[in-house]
Amino acid sequence: MNHRLVALLVFLSAIALGGCSTAPIVKGNSPDETVFSAQEVDSADVDWPLDVYDPLEGMNRTMYRFNYHADRWVLLPLVDAYRFVMPGFVRKGVVNFFDNLFGIRTLMNQVLQGRPVRALQTTGRIAVNTTLGIGGLFDIATPLGIRYDEEDFGQTLGVWGVKPGAYLVLPFFGPSSLRDGFGLGVDSAFDVWLDPLDFDDHPGRRWVYYPFMVADTRDRVTFRYYNTGSPFEYELVRRLIRTVREIEVQK
Amino acid sequence: MRLLLLLAMLAVSASSWSYEYPINDPYLATIAGTPGPLKADLPADAKLKIRHLPKTTAWKIPEAMWYSARLEYSYRLQRGPAPLIFAISGTGGFHNSGKNLALLKAFYQAGFHVVGITSPTHSQFVVAASRTGVPGHQRNDAKDIYRVMQQILGEIGHRDRITGFNMVGYSLGAANAGFVAELDSRERKINFDKVLMINPPLSLYSSISKLDRMLQNIPGGLDNFNLFFDRVVQAITNAYKRSSRVEFSPDIVFEAFKANPPTTEELAALMGVTFRLSSSALIFTADTRTNFGFIKPANVTLTRNSSMSLYAQPSIRVGFTDYYHEFFWPFYEPQYPGETRDSFAEQHSLRSIQDFLQGARNVGLFHNRDDVILAAGEIDWFPTVFGDRATIYPNGGHLGNLEYTEVMAGIVGYFK
Repeated sequence: MNHRLVALLVFLSAIALGGCSTAPIVKGNSPDETVFSAQEVDSADVDWPLDVYDPLEGMNRTMYRFNYHADRWVLLPLVDAYRFVMPGFVRKGVVNFFDNLFGIRTLMNQVLQGRPVRALQTTGRIAVNTTLGIGGLFDIATPLGIRYDEEDFGQTLGVWGVKPGAYLVLPFFGPSSLRDGFGLGVDSAFDVWLDPLDFDDHPGRRWVYYPFMVADTRDRVTFRYYNTGSPFEYELVRRLIRTVREIEVQK
Repeated sequence: MRLLLLLAMLAVSASSWSYEYPINDPYLATIAGTPGPLKADLPADAKLKIRHLPKTTAWKIPEAMWYSARLEYSYRLQRGPAPLIFAISGTGGFHNSGKNLALLKAFYQAGFHVVGITSPTHSQFVVAASRTGVPGHQRNDAKDIYRVMQQILGEIGHRDRITGFNMVGYSLGAANAGFVAELDSRERKINFDKVLMINPPLSLYSSISKLDRMLQNIPGGLDNFNLFFDRVVQAITNAYKRSSRVEFSPDIVFEAFKANPPTTEELAALMGVTFRLSSSALIFTADTRTNFGFIKPANVTLTRNSSMSLYAQPSIRVGFTDYYHEFFWPFYEPQYPGETRDSFAEQHSLRSIQDFLQGARNVGLFHNRDDVILAAGEIDWFPTVFGDRATIYPNGGHLGNLEYTEVMAGIVGYFK
């Protein structure tokens, strides 16, 4: 399963790199004069808040577009079917189940971040919800007042002082950074190694797990590509995601 | 138990005859909207169908804006025969954006067929449905909307179930509705039974000037725009974290500052920034569509992969009034010999269709006395023209009271 995923990623990256120039087409020797330009409205010594380090912009924009198509033709139809077939309470159960399952990832990262109190709380959550909550389908811990956190290895690296680095748009997963993209790889590898649902002995379980996981993951995010109504959506989302992640690291 | 029921009924009936919208600072009202418990009871999911009109062949779609090639709209029909209401979104608004969505829900709940129309100032409308590509021209925009409405009616079919046509619009959408109604009174292709204008600008030019001036309230002046803008981005980010929703419409910005409302000056500046995000999208899209050379050099063609970062900054720094003077007027000037910069601005004011509005018994108006997009004294024009068809609330700012139970009931009741 996983080497196929890697192969797919490599393949997609190759496509992406194929069409990666971000330079516009200019007729003649140089761009014409415009009524307004950046030099005119801003002094150079002021930082522009929308700027984010993005040396891979060409690839990122291609990937951004790829994600729109992946959404349109694969993920959103899957989400629609999922919402149509599954009643609300079942979907809530699925949300709880994955929250609980990925609690292990959070726990691991809280340990690595050196946050014993939060790690203890997360352990408590997993214990309560896995037992009383019937394998995580019900969230008993929240009404009991046990704190809920989401931590991943990208955040752990951030806590260790690693800067996010270049902006990166991942296929399917969307806006990220070099640091967080690497973190996602580490988290996924950890999940495969830990194998909490025992796929090694019950390979058939994957056929239930993955469709539900993908449908639920996309269902949680209401963001739709090219729906913000701004031609600067790429720039605005880039800034937004960067800021969100830095806040998450600090939290 | 019966006593409780009686008290509840009393409370409900009391609220139906008294208007007590609680926020008296018009900027705060605009940004905070209606507090949850006072909001009209609307379904959580509108269950709208979302469709696209076919791609136009009348003009070329800029490659960099390929994703806006087809105009999206939303609709939902009742099972049986019913009248239909078109709802036109405000400045930069999508067909199903916050306030339009609330209207669509309320009308569907009240038994109407509903259709959501994107604002002609939204980037997608400019690319896919604007004949000139330079929005804000009220008569041209009205023609575009009118054509789009007829196309949509053709697409959704079921004419036998539609017993009549109505139209509502808020903010700029309300001005659009006025001009569309005037057009319809001459062309008679749809024949609107009732039209409602909610918080329209009187003169588009005076309102955009006011919106631009709001940015002067930025702490430390316009030179601190970047700093302030950064703060806004941070606040939106926090709101985004809470809601996992991203849409760069005024709604998300207002959402962002709900939790921690700043001072009135900051609120005004915030409102300015909000509209600045809309104007930047409008201006750059119009520029790309027409190759006018306003911010994008005319001999530069942007591809699907081209970076826009270079143009984002100047687009956000220029305002609606710059657009009017340096793009809109120079673009239209050759077509209007004899007009001046000022007389042309007056063509995009409701005063230019005053005779029609005065006589149109089927066009109603809702407004707020303290609406911040109006210049001083402009509010008094409305009762003199609309007479008893005007409902003016004492407060609410710019649409802050739209979702207030009493106001929503009045809006729906108007069409009953």
